[in-house]
Amino acid sequence: MVDLSVNIGDLNLKNPVMTASGTFGYGVEYQDFIDINSLGGIIVKGTTGSPREGNPYPRMAETPQGMLNAVGLQNKGVDAFINEIWPKIRTFDTNIIVNVSGSTIEEYVETAEKLALVPDIVGIELNISCPNVKEGGMAFGTSCSSARQVTRAVRNVFPRHLMVKLSPNVTDIVEIAKEVEDAGADSISLVNTFLGMAIDAETRRPLLSTITGGLSGPCIKPIALRMVWQVADAVKVPVVGMGGISSASDAIEFLLAGASAIQVGTANFINPSISQEIVNGIADYLVRHNFNSVTELIGALELD
Amino acid sequence: MPKKFIEDFVILENKRQTSEFVILTLQHPTNLPKIYPGQFAEIKVEGSPNTFLRRPLSIHDVDYQNNTIKLLVQEVGEGTRRLAAMKPGESLNLIYPLGTYYSLPSSNKVLLVGGGCGVAPLLFLGRFLHENGIKPRFLIGAKSSAQLVELDEYRKLGEVFITTEDGSAGTKGFVIHHPIMKTYKPDFDWIYTCGPEAMMKVIAKYALKRNLNCEVSLENMMACGIGACLCCITPTIEGNKCTCTDGPVFNSKYLKW
Ligand SMILES: Cc1cc2nc3c(=O)[nH]c(=O)nc-3n(C[C@H](O)[C@H](O)[C@H](O)COP(=O)(O)OP(=O)(O)OC[C@H]3O[C@@H](n4cnc5c(N)ncnc54)[C@H](O)[C@@H]3O)c2cc1C
Ligand SMILES: Cc1cc2nc3c(=O)[nH]c(=O)nc-3n(C[C@H](O)[C@H](O)[C@H](O)COP(=O)(O)O)c2cc1C
Ligand code: FES
Repeated sequence: MVDLSVNIGDLNLKNPVMTASGTFGYGVEYQDFIDINSLGGIIVKGTTGSPREGNPYPRMAETPQGMLNAVGLQNKGVDAFINEIWPKIRTFDTNIIVNVSGSTIEEYVETAEKLALVPDIVGIELNISCPNVKEGGMAFGTSCSSARQVTRAVRNVFPRHLMVKLSPNVTDIVEIAKEVEDAGADSISLVNTFLGMAIDAETRRPLLSTITGGLSGPCIKPIALRMVWQVADAVKVPVVGMGGISSASDAIEFLLAGASAIQVGTANFINPSISQEIVNGIADYLVRHNFNSVTELIGALELD
Repeated sequence: MPKKFIEDFVILENKRQTSEFVILTLQHPTNLPKIYPGQFAEIKVEGSPNTFLRRPLSIHDVDYQNNTIKLLVQEVGEGTRRLAAMKPGESLNLIYPLGTYYSLPSSNKVLLVGGGCGVAPLLFLGRFLHENGIKPRFLIGAKSSAQLVELDEYRKLGEVFITTEDGSAGTKGFVIHHPIMKTYKPDFDWIYTCGPEAMMKVIAKYALKRNLNCEVSLENMMACGIGACLCCITPTIEGNKCTCTDGPVFNSKYLKW
């Protein structure tokens, strides 16, 4: 038996495979396809202080080996999350982490404070990287000072695991990573989507109602992998890697680059059982390469 | 929510209807789960490098005796062209059955209005109504007679009315121009429709004005098909709803049209 468990700070994961916010609903959507309890964790949809309707249709455009989305944080707000959704999902035997988004520091803080009062919520992922909202979102994650401010403000009110999710839409992601580490993040996840655009040449119109949107899927994997490698090299807190992961070998590449765990996003849409298949694939890899524990792979990129 | 499945089917037959439509018959290895008219499948298109996401297609017909389902495919782009070129023996991965379905009417005077590939769920619906003792009438619109498929199948179930934009078959014009639309009561008080959005909007307005019950089936762009991504929304009187799980079939009164 190989040991698949990993620790991200004080969080203990059965295995390094989690599902990415906004691509896995609240987990229940995938219950017919996989055993949710077989995952290391799930990150639920972005949650804001008050309910949001999101952006108008169309919110999605297919691109070569990827997709653009402009969902814009549609969600019922933190109160409805705690009162209506949480009771239905809290019994899953996996780490459920709540993705927290907002337009102002006050909104982030208010949401985190409310979640802090629910003792069995083990952690939050602070989304300072959403490219699809007019105010806030990514703006917090693209300057060092605002990334530090929002992380510190939430750190002060949320006593359990604080994961901060970085935007790749920056000149130097390492700089931002160091800021949020310094401001008290327990772990860093990356990457959120890349700002992109698609046009229909025939109609001469943009394909998204918001003109620009967030690019995800296999097409972003090489850039995401590079960023994870750079950040893991520069910070001491654990790093959670994502961006285009669609197979066990993709996942292993992120672990080798230094990620302690990974998140599967867009690939869930194409194969709703992929996250569980990745767990099994990592186990097979460990057996095949004579490793006892998946932790032996973390940052084990061979360089000579 | 009934259980959803992800399964491989084998193509039994690919029958070309017109230059742009084919009907695929897919074999399921064991007993099919219950599928209702209006529901759809998310289909993985292999061998089409630019078709990254699955493609949503309505369940066109179901045969529980032989465990087969049919898909009516209109070739509009790379993914549907690849599907239309599939050969017997090849396999196809489906997530199904997805979404809401047409409800049984409280009246037995129903009209099923379809246009384009929007006729896809109407044959199955017609059969379902027929089995429940309701004789459906069909009103089918197309650009020209060359785009009309499977009229004989519909005729087995009920009366069929046709409109074509060029007048090559039936009444010239759009479905809304057909004479039957003038005789709604006593002829029908329930409408089921599927097709281009512009057509459905006209029908929905028509129904609203006359206080007829009207169910429409939307064809929004989808990424996941299972309510996880929130990409497929449509505005309703209760806010944005997912077309894939709260729809694709909606009562038109509910939509902000
Ligand atoms: C619930 C539902 C049921 C449908 N039933 C049928 C059916 O029974 N038969 C049939 O032929 N078609 C049906 N469609 C439409 C079908 O899904 C699209 O025509 C198909 O996805 C186009 O793929 P493509 O690769 O050939 O075209 P592309 O080259 O990708 O695009 C051509 C056009 O097709 C539409 N389209 C593309 N991708 C999607 C997508 N993911 N979701 C919806 N529309 C898209 C867009 O309008 C686009 O401009 C249905 C759609 C929905 C949502
Ligand atoms: C439809 C969609 C919705 C998303 N919603 C969120 C969100 O609410 N919060 C967030 O932090 N990231 C969100 N993301 C970003 C993903 O969590 C992930 O960071 C990104 O898609 C890259 O990973 P992938 O290539 O594996 O999909 C969303 C992505 C998609 C495709
Ligand atoms: S297509 Fe993903 S929610 Fe409907």
